[in-house]
Amino acid sequence: MIYDDLQPSTARRTLTASARLLGKPRLDGPLLLAICATAVFGLAILYSASGEDLALARGQFLRMILGLIMLVLLAQVSPKYLRMSAPWIYALGIVLLVIVAVIGDIGKGAQRWLDLGVLRFQPSEIMKLAVPMACAWFLHERPLPPDLKLVLVLGVLILVPVGLIAEQPDLGTALLIGASGVLVVLLAGLRVRVIVAVMALLPALAWVGWGMLHDYQRKRVLTFLTPESDPLGAGYHIIQSQIALGSGGVFGKGWMNGSQAQLEFLPERSTDFIFAVAGEEFGLIGLMLLLGLYLFIIGRGMYLAMQCQDTFSRLVAGSISLTFFVYVFVNAGMVSGLLPVVGVPLPLVSYGGTSMVTLMAGFGILMSLHSHRKLVGS
Amino acid sequence: MISSVRIKDHWAEQRMFLRRTIAAGIIMTLLMGAVLIKLVQLQVVRHDYYFDLSQGNRVRVEPLPPNRGLILDRNGLVLAENLPAYQLELTRELVPDIAATLQILVGLKLVESDDLDRLKRLIRSRPLYESVPIRLQLTDEEVARFAVRRHDIPGVEIRTRLTRHYPYGALAVHALGYVSAISEQDLLHIDASQYAGTTLIGKVGVEASYEQELHGTTGFRQILVNAQGRPVETVNPLQDDLRSKSPISGSDLILSLDLRAQRAAEEALAGRRGAVIAIDPTNGDVIAFVSLPGFDPNTFARGLSRNDYAALETNIDRPLFNRVLRGAYPPGSTIKPVMALAGLDYAAIDPNQVRYCRGFFMLPGSSRRYRDWKPEGHGWVNMQEAVAQSCDTYFYNLAQTLGIDRLSAFLSKFGLGQRTGIDIDGEKPGLVPSREWKLKTFRDAERNWYPGDTVILGIGQGYMLATPLQLAHVASIIAAHGTTFQPRLVTAVRNAHTGQVRRLPTQASPPVDPDETARWQRVVDAMVAVMSSAHGTARATGAGSAYQIAGKTGTAQVFSVGQNEKYNEKEVEERMRDHALFISFAPADAPRIAVAVLVENGGHGASVAAPVARKVMDAYLLPEAPKPEPPKT
Repeated sequence: MIYDDLQPSTARRTLTASARLLGKPRLDGPLLLAICATAVFGLAILYSASGEDLALARGQFLRMILGLIMLVLLAQVSPKYLRMSAPWIYALGIVLLVIVAVIGDIGKGAQRWLDLGVLRFQPSEIMKLAVPMACAWFLHERPLPPDLKLVLVLGVLILVPVGLIAEQPDLGTALLIGASGVLVVLLAGLRVRVIVAVMALLPALAWVGWGMLHDYQRKRVLTFLTPESDPLGAGYHIIQSQIALGSGGVFGKGWMNGSQAQLEFLPERSTDFIFAVAGEEFGLIGLMLLLGLYLFIIGRGMYLAMQCQDTFSRLVAGSISLTFFVYVFVNAGMVSGLLPVVGVPLPLVSYGGTSMVTLMAGFGILMSLHSHRKLVGS
Repeated sequence: MISSVRIKDHWAEQRMFLRRTIAAGIIMTLLMGAVLIKLVQLQVVRHDYYFDLSQGNRVRVEPLPPNRGLILDRNGLVLAENLPAYQLELTRELVPDIAATLQILVGLKLVESDDLDRLKRLIRSRPLYESVPIRLQLTDEEVARFAVRRHDIPGVEIRTRLTRHYPYGALAVHALGYVSAISEQDLLHIDASQYAGTTLIGKVGVEASYEQELHGTTGFRQILVNAQGRPVETVNPLQDDLRSKSPISGSDLILSLDLRAQRAAEEALAGRRGAVIAIDPTNGDVIAFVSLPGFDPNTFARGLSRNDYAALETNIDRPLFNRVLRGAYPPGSTIKPVMALAGLDYAAIDPNQVRYCRGFFMLPGSSRRYRDWKPEGHGWVNMQEAVAQSCDTYFYNLAQTLGIDRLSAFLSKFGLGQRTGIDIDGEKPGLVPSREWKLKTFRDAERNWYPGDTVILGIGQGYMLATPLQLAHVASIIAAHGTTFQPRLVTAVRNAHTGQVRRLPTQASPPVDPDETARWQRVVDAMVAVMSSAHGTARATGAGSAYQIAGKTGTAQVFSVGQNEKYNEKEVEERMRDHALFISFAPADAPRIAVAVLVENGGHGASVAAPVARKVMDAYLLPEAPKPEPPKT
């Protein structure tokens, strides 16, 4: 070995670590490639959807780079540390959410942001990763499938942050975080009869949930059921996005040529409804390409998850991949009129927020979980 | 018991994870399939339909604004109605250059250049396809001026829309309030889609507080328009898919106001600044609600220019100020009946016992003189005579005996220092002073409550403030022997489509000393003596009336007179003169109306305020002399 003549020292250890990183960066090539391809495609759609707003596209590009750096860094962290820190990150997230709720109460308005002077971020973003990690940490040492007692504890772990976020009110994010936790429980092998029982109880839960919704959220659900009932208000979103999608046809109207989007008929066209812009300008072909990329990312993620060797890694990796699917499905479903309008962005494509960075961080963790496994046998 | 211990089986876990992953894969495939089917349906099957919608023919949703509900008086006379008027509207989608278009309109003197910024913001805040009103109620001449240049300014149109009209002009304006163009501020707290196509919104008074009832529900109609935004008239297959929904008119409101009493009050007070408010003590219905000077609410509905508004706002007589609800004045001697009742309630006075009034009162151990309005004094007076002659020293003495804590507690029972809860917004609570209040409000030595503060409270001076509405409320509580109702203007809501009338329930508040009929009667008798006894301060007003009146005069100082000076009315500037006050109710044995009158800088309550109340009572209680315009039912 070349380093053999060096004394065992800090310098040596640093060098070894750097060499290891360069030689084996603990990344997953196919997944990284698909993520980058989706993000670049997304940037092109965003540029058109924003009315050729270069500053906005640049902002999104910078967030993409920041996300990629997070991805690469997190991929180097050993899963052991990730697992050990999971409960602490979760606890920190809950504290921040409570702070935000208290500030919001004082300000008497919707409060999602925590302003740290230099940095403004939404604690709910931390929870997107902290909830599945905390659930998986909790199950790591315990025999699976989880018995009822464990499921109840998990239920509390999931519902506390979901409740706090739904109160903000941010129904979309609450839904995603709830899904990420529930997916951990499902992947851990929650018994089928329990799943069936919960399904049967769902109408009752829906009734309780209805009581907790804010007026505007109820209106959205009602509008989803009968969009024509309110064509001037909330139904306008759905009607306009369907016109955008439908008029795009198979081949689309071409980049920056979507009349619905460019003439500002389509509301929230660079954030939650960007899928409609893609459909109008790139047609069914473009959407299938986009959805194909998403499916590849999800499939690859699940493939990596299956190869993980311990409970924590498998559950976290699986949850990250499947939650990504929930993102895509809920957004595409809402824009095309299959689902009610809940504020869920199209992952890697929609403008704004810290969602891009959080997603990339999630994939970084996924890669770490997969690349740090010990190759036994062979 | 070791049977329940389960051991982690890694191999089994891995197989389970695999099974779950496969199940997830199947579910994801199905869900994605559903999305794909929906996309194919939209983008392939119905592509032509949606393409037509987005391109050649667009469907535009045209809002159908509801008719605003009418406002009627208790006899069904219309106080606010809707009349057709021309207005200028602009559709952003169809205007090539908004700034240039507005400039042309300024050139035609249809829009004021001061207003340009506001209009631009307003236009930008509404959807592209929506027709935004930029000028309301055009005159015929302005319509003609516009018609000449019409071809130069595409996207701007004249439309006939219903607008608000108040047939009696300024009459009862402070109760009715007015409507005016929807502002950006309003847009923050209304459902904009419910106001699509609506130009006016209630700003104050009944028009604002009952906005929801009056507004109704907006309908819509989908129309086909071509690429230029013009409606397509020809038969088109797309038309089968068009939908529409009729608007639902707003409800009509029936007020408790009696137009005849209202008019009598406004005429009696004409030319002065002040307030008159009459309440039915049996249910809290407001019979007359006058704050003068007023203004013509039609000018607001028409669209007031910035200068006209500024003129109203800076007018020294403050026509926009609602004196009934928001004017806080020292109640002066009108508070004496309540003081007398407090004395009886706390057993601090024997109503028959006489006290000597020598024209001033002094606190023990002090040489400061609290003077009576009658310098030579009233001599020996009992409670009834003290109220009837408005003897100040009697009440200085009583207040000092009771002390501030008991006084402020008792005054609060009459709703003083709190909002009466009338059904329109903007009411001020007035002020009942107390030790705690003074401690919180002032600093240093002034924070302490002094005995002198209590003494002058006995004649309604000092820190105490009440609105005219509160004074009428007090009068009606006395009239009803303690039974209390929240005053209200709207008594019923009528469905404009079916004509069905829904009566609103009266709102009773906790009564004051309901079981002490004898005490109430003593105070009522004292107030009757004000109007009819030989020395009663308002005997001139009470003379010759067909029914018995109970009343109390009051004069509230605006200008404080020094210890050794004399108040000379002629020398004091008009605006520094005393406020004249009067509270009353009638008939004294079975009261149907309680009236409070305030005349700013009016001088004496007896000579200026009391006659106003008498005219209102006559108009309400006596049968109308044969005149045109019989009240309809």
